[in-house]
Amino acid sequence: MAHTNSAHAHGEGRPGYDFAHPFPVWGLLAVFFALVFLTIVTVAQASFDFGSYEVLISMIIATIKACLVVFFFMHLAFDKPYNAVLFLGSLLFVTLFLAFTLMDSQTTREMFEPTITDVATP
Amino acid sequence: MATTEVLTHEADAHDDHHGDHPSFLAHHFDTPEQQYDSGKLGMWLFLVTEVLFFSGLFCAYAIYRFLRPDVFAGCSEFLNTQLGAINTGVLLFSSLTMAWAVRCAQLEQHKMLTGMLAATLSCASIFLGVKAIEYSHKFGMGLLPGGFYSYVPGAPHDGTIYLVWISAPFAIILLGLFVWYVVACLGQNKFQMRISGPMTIVFLCYFAGVGLGTLLESGSAEGHHEGAAHASASDHEGAVHEAGEVAHEAGTEIAPATVTEITPSTAGTDDSVLEMLAVDTANTGVRQQLSAAQRQQELSGGPVSQSPGGKAAAVSEASLDINNKFLAGGFFSIYYCMTGIHAIHILAGMGVLTWLLVRSVRHDFNRQYFGPVDYVGLYWHIVDLIWIYLFPLLYLIR
Repeated sequence: MAHTNSAHAHGEGRPGYDFAHPFPVWGLLAVFFALVFLTIVTVAQASFDFGSYEVLISMIIATIKACLVVFFFMHLAFDKPYNAVLFLGSLLFVTLFLAFTLMDSQTTREMFEPTITDVATP
Repeated sequence: MATTEVLTHEADAHDDHHGDHPSFLAHHFDTPEQQYDSGKLGMWLFLVTEVLFFSGLFCAYAIYRFLRPDVFAGCSEFLNTQLGAINTGVLLFSSLTMAWAVRCAQLEQHKMLTGMLAATLSCASIFLGVKAIEYSHKFGMGLLPGGFYSYVPGAPHDGTIYLVWISAPFAIILLGLFVWYVVACLGQNKFQMRISGPMTIVFLCYFAGVGLGTLLESGSAEGHHEGAAHASASDHEGAVHEAGEVAHEAGTEIAPATVTEITPSTAGTDDSVLEMLAVDTANTGVRQQLSAAQRQQELSGGPVSQSPGGKAAAVSEASLDINNKFLAGGFFSIYYCMTGIHAIHILAGMGVLTWLLVRSVRHDFNRQYFGPVDYVGLYWHIVDLIWIYLFPLLYLIR
């Protein structure tokens, strides 16, 4: 124990030594229950028929959940802005990747789809 | 200040040209904060590569789903939403305990830190246990990726052997840990007891997860007990989850035919299921059956509905339409790839969490040195984040 006590006694109050900002327990529990609530919502919405909006709705709920996890559990809301820029930058590139690939697959759809069906039919 | 001198002395022993460096501070860093921020930046960079890596899988998913949405909707009926939802809850809870563990490390609550890490590991084990039930189930039914896809509706199937193979490594590790714990107890080795004790519980949790998965599968089996009896003539008795398999099958492929057998009037296919649902609203199995029946009816609204053989024939043709290596097999390739790589990430997370558990028992972490707990926490949350997207994309399609 002497070692542990000495560790935080060491350099206490000096810049660069006192940087731990524990997230309050009520905050952790609030985020957790919000996530569980949103999971229930997303399971419940799956039993209704929203047609083509169904994917959109479930993805919006998933993104809200993801934001809760990233900003509070991963402390990105209180972190150095550079980390946030990095992470959101990666999401930008993911969006570009998905958008361009899907645009391409839409244009080649006609020549692709019958091939699959032809092969599939015994 | 006597304590500070003790520490300085220790630090001196390691590195004599930096007398004011605490033992946990690498000599090329000026302050613990600088060390922490550098490590965190590195971790975020790694998480960026993880996001980009998984985006490739999501891209494959998006292309194939745009191409054949009916295949995804049809095959998704094979996935047990209840098990998926339970696993989502388990992972969310593990995220809570992980975030709490970071707080414990910052506040130097060593006992609680060990407890929180053990809780996170236990949740990971439960997740894998439930996953093992899901996988062995599908292996037994022949719902395999690509060219291995060999699902025959109504054929007898048994996934027990796959479950045994998946569970064997966990059983061996559990046995080893238990022996280690007993030896540590006999030798009065407190340090080893504090590691092997929680780890034994962690690996027991895998089997708790297997039990939970079995229970939920058999719960839906009771749901369509009647249906299952009709559905599969080759219903051989055995393990509980085998009954679950039959029920699962009844809830997906054979449901409409089964219901038709119960009520002779073919027109009232949906009504009879609704009746069953009305009798017992808590009956999730029947609800699944209803959704499966509705799904099949939707499918029968397609080009095959012209066939004069009635609704039942149309349904079986429609389901056969996607039941091949190229369409359903393609879906299961994507399913196994996405969930399998996610499960590998869970295993890797369990590895680093075990390392943290050992270090937390050693009281390595304090308010200036909690970086490793925080970094592993970030990794664990990104794995949870990917599951948050996987769950609705795979399990909740209709």
